[in-house]
Amino acid sequence: MRARYLEGARAIAPIGVASFAFALSFGVLARTAGMGTTAPIVMSATTFGGSAQFAVASLLDAGGAAAAAIVAALMLNARYMPIGISVASSFEGPAWRRLLQAQLIVDESWAVALKRRGGFDVRVLLGAGGLLYVTWVSGTVVGVMVGDTIGDAESLGLDAAFPALFLALLVPQLTGRRELEAAILGGAIALALIPFTPAGVPIVAGAAACLVSYRR
Amino acid sequence: MSTVWLCVVVVGAASILFKATGPVLLGRRELPAWLAGPVGLLAPAVLAALVVTQSVAGDREIVADPRLAGLAVGAVAVALRAPLLVVVVVAATTAALIRLF
Repeated sequence: MRARYLEGARAIAPIGVASFAFALSFGVLARTAGMGTTAPIVMSATTFGGSAQFAVASLLDAGGAAAAAIVAALMLNARYMPIGISVASSFEGPAWRRLLQAQLIVDESWAVALKRRGGFDVRVLLGAGGLLYVTWVSGTVVGVMVGDTIGDAESLGLDAAFPALFLALLVPQLTGRRELEAAILGGAIALALIPFTPAGVPIVAGAAACLVSYRR
Repeated sequence: MSTVWLCVVVVGAASILFKATGPVLLGRRELPAWLAGPVGLLAPAVLAALVVTQSVAGDREIVADPRLAGLAVGAVAVALRAPLLVVVVVAATTAALIRLF
């Protein structure tokens, strides 16, 4: 049983490095945006969603209103509701424990915990999500306290690690014709919407491809 | 409450709810059949959408930048059945080298 947690942590470790670096950038940006030191750390510990947090920090930095920042962030994290529903039956224990464990759901921890043919290993999710949570929060602390220490995450190419990770985890999911259709449709919808919708919407709309592919 | 803390509290609370809705409300119950079918196809749909948005999404525009080159090299590694670590490292290294020169 413990081996599954470790497997999750090990599988996501390379992404943990990227996560730390991006959390650091978030901390630096949040300071610049006038968010202080405590608020960014609280945000990393509760929101635990990189793109939503960057959206808030950059909108506040640009002098945007709270409402705009909140709406942008909510659209970016909305996908966690369907993702959470899809894996709900894997969680065990009392409601409070499921609530806490569910907080470790992020794209990366969810994706590594997927098994072929619709299976899901919640222990891998917890191991991977736990590691990412630690790197994300600690990276934020270093970012707001110390500032930029390891250089720009993008100049290190770390932003390219994420699409490659998702591609590597997508391929084993393509076990049949329907799965392939859902992937092509999901990717196409997301691509088509990028120029026209706020960030986050293309992913949620792409997720809806599963409804279309199933009906056909 | 200041603007900053308003954002932190509302976004944090909403994110916690988004993530917890399924695991807390549904619990161990199996999904109803009408939902279980489509949900089985959620993973390929979302993963493909993430590949696309993480590689070419700019600020409301489609951009071709070093992320895309990193993804392409990562795709070769995936095709060669390289381990996850290798896929991620070659993708990042490719993007870093392109930005360097």
